[in-house]
Amino acid sequence: MTSLASESTAAGRFARHRTLLELTRGQRLRYGGAMLALWAGGLLTLGVPLVLVEPINRLAAGDVVPPRVLWLHGTAAVLITAGAGLLTYLRGRWAAQASERLVEGLRNRLHRKLHELPMSWHDRAETGDVVQRCTSDVETLRVFLAQQVVEIGHAALLLLTAAPILFLLDSTLAVTSIVVIPVILVFAVSFFGRIQKRFTEVDEAEGELTTAIQENLTGVRVVRAFGREEFELERFDACNDLFRARTERLLRLFAIYWSLSDVLCMTQMGLVLLHGVARVHAGLLTVGDLFAFIAFVGIFLWPVRHMGRVLADTGKALVSISRLEAVLDQPVEQDPELDQTLPATVRGELAFEDVTFAFDESTRAVDGISLTVPAGSSLALVGPPGSGKSTLVRLLGRFDDPDRGRITLDGIDLARLPRSWVRRQVGLAAQEPFLYSRTIAANLTYARRDAGADELERVARDAALHASIERFEKGYETLVGERGVTLSGGQRQRLSLARALLADRPILVLDDTLSAVDTRTEAEILAALERRRGRATTVVISHRLSSVVAADQIAVLDGGRVVQRGRHEELIGLDGPYQRLWQIQTALEDELDDDLQRTAGAEIAQGTPEGSVKP
Amino acid sequence: MTDEILDDEHSGAAARIDWGLWKRLLAYSKRYPRTLGIFVTAAIVVGAADTGIPLVTRGAIDAVTAAPPEIDTFELLWPYALAYAGVSLALAGGVFTFIRCAGILRPRIARDIRRDAYANLQRLSLRFYDRRPSGWLVARMTSDCERLSNILAWGVLDVVWGATVMSGIATAMLFLEWRLALAVLVFVPLLAWISLWFQRRILQSSRAVRGVNSRITAAYAEDLAGVATTMGFAREREQHADFAQLTERMAQHSIANALQAAVYLPVVLTIGSLALALALGLGGQHVAVGALSLGTLIAFMTYARQFFEPVQQVAARFAELLMAQAAAERILGLIDEVPEIGDSDEVRAILAAGEGRARPAGFAADGLPDRIGQIRFEHVSFHYDAGEPVLADFNLTVEPGQTIALVGETGGGKSTIAGLLCRFYEPTAGEILFDGVDYRQRGLAWLRSKLAIVLQTPHLFSGSVLDNVRYGRLDATEEDVRAALRLVGAQTFVDKLEKGLDTRVGEGGARLSTGQKQLISFARALVAEPEILILDEATSSVDTQTERAVQRALETVLHGRTSFVIAHRLSTVRSADRILVIGAGRILEQGNHQELLALRGRYHELYTGQSLVADGERKAAWEAVR
Repeated sequence: MTSLASESTAAGRFARHRTLLELTRGQRLRYGGAMLALWAGGLLTLGVPLVLVEPINRLAAGDVVPPRVLWLHGTAAVLITAGAGLLTYLRGRWAAQASERLVEGLRNRLHRKLHELPMSWHDRAETGDVVQRCTSDVETLRVFLAQQVVEIGHAALLLLTAAPILFLLDSTLAVTSIVVIPVILVFAVSFFGRIQKRFTEVDEAEGELTTAIQENLTGVRVVRAFGREEFELERFDACNDLFRARTERLLRLFAIYWSLSDVLCMTQMGLVLLHGVARVHAGLLTVGDLFAFIAFVGIFLWPVRHMGRVLADTGKALVSISRLEAVLDQPVEQDPELDQTLPATVRGELAFEDVTFAFDESTRAVDGISLTVPAGSSLALVGPPGSGKSTLVRLLGRFDDPDRGRITLDGIDLARLPRSWVRRQVGLAAQEPFLYSRTIAANLTYARRDAGADELERVARDAALHASIERFEKGYETLVGERGVTLSGGQRQRLSLARALLADRPILVLDDTLSAVDTRTEAEILAALERRRGRATTVVISHRLSSVVAADQIAVLDGGRVVQRGRHEELIGLDGPYQRLWQIQTALEDELDDDLQRTAGAEIAQGTPEGSVKP
Repeated sequence: MTDEILDDEHSGAAARIDWGLWKRLLAYSKRYPRTLGIFVTAAIVVGAADTGIPLVTRGAIDAVTAAPPEIDTFELLWPYALAYAGVSLALAGGVFTFIRCAGILRPRIARDIRRDAYANLQRLSLRFYDRRPSGWLVARMTSDCERLSNILAWGVLDVVWGATVMSGIATAMLFLEWRLALAVLVFVPLLAWISLWFQRRILQSSRAVRGVNSRITAAYAEDLAGVATTMGFAREREQHADFAQLTERMAQHSIANALQAAVYLPVVLTIGSLALALALGLGGQHVAVGALSLGTLIAFMTYARQFFEPVQQVAARFAELLMAQAAAERILGLIDEVPEIGDSDEVRAILAAGEGRARPAGFAADGLPDRIGQIRFEHVSFHYDAGEPVLADFNLTVEPGQTIALVGETGGGKSTIAGLLCRFYEPTAGEILFDGVDYRQRGLAWLRSKLAIVLQTPHLFSGSVLDNVRYGRLDATEEDVRAALRLVGAQTFVDKLEKGLDTRVGEGGARLSTGQKQLISFARALVAEPEILILDEATSSVDTQTERAVQRALETVLHGRTSFVIAHRLSTVRSADRILVIGAGRILEQGNHQELLALRGRYHELYTGQSLVADGERKAAWEAVR
């Protein structure tokens, strides 16, 4: 991933630390409070052993300690614990509120950003990768914000403020109490620093495994048809075992870490115990103080051991933030200063003037196309794949802007109009349309919220979809997608068409929308569209010439240029690609015609069946 | 029923633990008996060491308080130093061993459970898949397996360790001063009850968090896939508003979850300190009268606070078992699910008997002729779950080498016929016979090796073009692959790809267009050299010119092969030996192209609608061609 390339540079690292800090903006007060509560809670916890020092010392000295005193100190210990508990709760509360609100903001920001990025970005981006960033990386940050932000510096702060107490009690033993701590700290930090790579390896292996399973399950028909179950199992076993092996290796490192860390911690506690007992024996320390020292070391050690984890999570958070920034810092679609008042009504006159556009340096997808489409008329675009038909449609919706030339709507350059406004003038029905996993009705009203049931039915009828919808148990309320019915390719296309018709916009674009529709249904739809003639300026892209013959104007594209233009009747008379295409497609029909004539004798006997679609 | 199976986010905790279920899962760890034995032993050692340290401290303190000052410090301390070092090393060694063992057990249990489920998934029929979205299955195979193996490995550890520590502490205290011990232990049931109460609630609310979280993920994925549509309809604002509702709910659930956890620990610690105060109050009086040593009192106070940890751990594991029971049921359900379609017992017996033995030429592994001659559908009916019949009393005889075209409206049952032929599904009534033998009496692997299918929505795997074509026949040479690609007219575009045959096609073939994917899956079918070829709208997304090329290739390919062609395009259909017009699960008409046209029925109706050109124009086209 290119976004991760600059990770190791010092400047980049510093910049990301700053972004991490900036991320906390708006919640710093809560974070401050949480840190304070954590620190105060830690200090207060030290009070528990301290209140026990006196009774222990008096008992050690053989005093007759009245029960009242014992209960008093015991109660103090309970109260201090409860007080520290309250602070712990406040710390948890504030940290949770701060982090969750920050993450909520981040999620919303990402969602907004994704809708502001230009289509060219979306074309290049892999959906899976982007979703991964928006979910897993946000989660990594969330864990960091919720747990580690507050912990940063906690160990140091606690040690610094507690050390004076230790030194007050017994400066010699105080030194012994903290002597191993730096070693533990260095060990923890270096371990978690090193282990980072292993974590990534495990994640990668898990990713591969998930992909392998996913592919096998979605391709189950192919696997079965070729009888490749054994082959699939072998392939799966390799991924499955790799993930196992890497997890095992990671956990082995953890075994080493925690046991060594335990040895160090036990050494620290053992040193305090033995040195303390020796000092008690020498009369330099009271038993109560020794008790306090042992308890203190126990309290210190945890945050110190935890330090490695804090730093490891910080490292992960830094990586995640750079992955998120790769999305958040992308330039968005810019709308120029509006120097054009928005037209109140749109007639729908389109003009392409010397429009040129290239996705990359090497080839122009559209190369100097000029076309005029009078309002309410229709333009058909035909040509081989990659000839620039769909690119023109993209330019029309301002999903990209021409590198040269311009597209005008009612004489106004689209580039001078806001994108969202331009898009609201275009109703698009696509070849592989996107449907939301909601009901059919919801997918339709996506085009116009206020549309009534009768309108939905009308456009569904025009798109020859109404009958299919009626056949579903829940009709228009049928859920589409994984949890509902699976629509066929043709049904999806027709739904997309109905949606575009419902939008009822000045410009209607059919981008190979009827490719998966059977010919008879296509005829129905074309007849319905014919009835709507003049209502919108229509751009039709199709490989099937039956869809384009009726167009007011046909443009044959090749290599991003218009190679032929005219009405159907003109073009079929000219030697050129359209004619050849036409020949191929009609040759069959004519043979069919012959067949029909040859079988005409039978027709007389049978009569023409009712309901057939007449040419 | 389906909804119940799928609704995993909202099902709460189980009311009680189903031990039978967990015993079955635990059996997975018994595959590694040595590791498991060491693991449990190590957990006990660590628990014992944890209990032992306060005892060493007690001994040292008692020794020093009782010792006369003239005794040498070293003399006084060395037994305790030794004991301490011993306990420490046992602890560290134990920790190393149990993490190491857990590190072996956990990934292996996950791997083994996952493998069993995966192996069964390879056998389950398509009906099973029809009922479950693939994303749901993937989640079972990944996160559920991980979660269960985690619970099993670390759960065993925590329970064994926890039990050791608790009984160790209890024993030590009872041994040291039983009355004081009983007083302190009074708090244990309270601690356990509160822990369980909290843990269940925390897990429940974290389940709610997970539920919203998966909805957020789904929303990102869907909105991203539909971004052009959203922009096209300029509906960004509504989309953001819907999404913001989700993130708001997420924040609320997460905060609620965090607050529960934030309350829990202080409460437990405070209860621990109550036990400590009791130990001090009561124990102190004993010390004062000389009935108890100071070291013992300190040990009691340490134990009082130490007790909460194992209780908390065990309660957490217990709650987790309740919460994960649904996941356990689901994964075992996957492993137990009996395939509806598979080799019958008789076939399996024959296959087993013939294993390793050379079989006579011309015969398949199931002892019957290898080549397929006549195919017959006899009174075949079929319906999906509780649905209306898709196919009703369907009869068809296909002679070897014939090309059968299936036409008719979407949903009429054409693809079902293909699915039945592949034995993806089996007839609910009637039978399908190969040379007079019901195909359920034949080997499934044999059948699948004989046929190849090309689907309308082609599925490619994420390897290279070469890998994908070779999927049809694993030992196909690169030349075979090229020949197949050439035959379907895909050679040109494959050559233009940056690495030719070795170009990776991306997940699901994402880097190719639908038409290109169709051609590659077509080549994949051809390379398999099937005796029966099924084309289910195989070239619907291919452009006209390529379609022409494919058309020419088909003539070669279909020659001498029994084939079933489902198509809308007349050009694909008309040269078939026999055309069946399928509607509402029945054959409405059949015959060859000429005969069907002459019938002036459905077929005629379907195909005269293909041209919208007026007669005059059609003639003009003729003239232009001339």
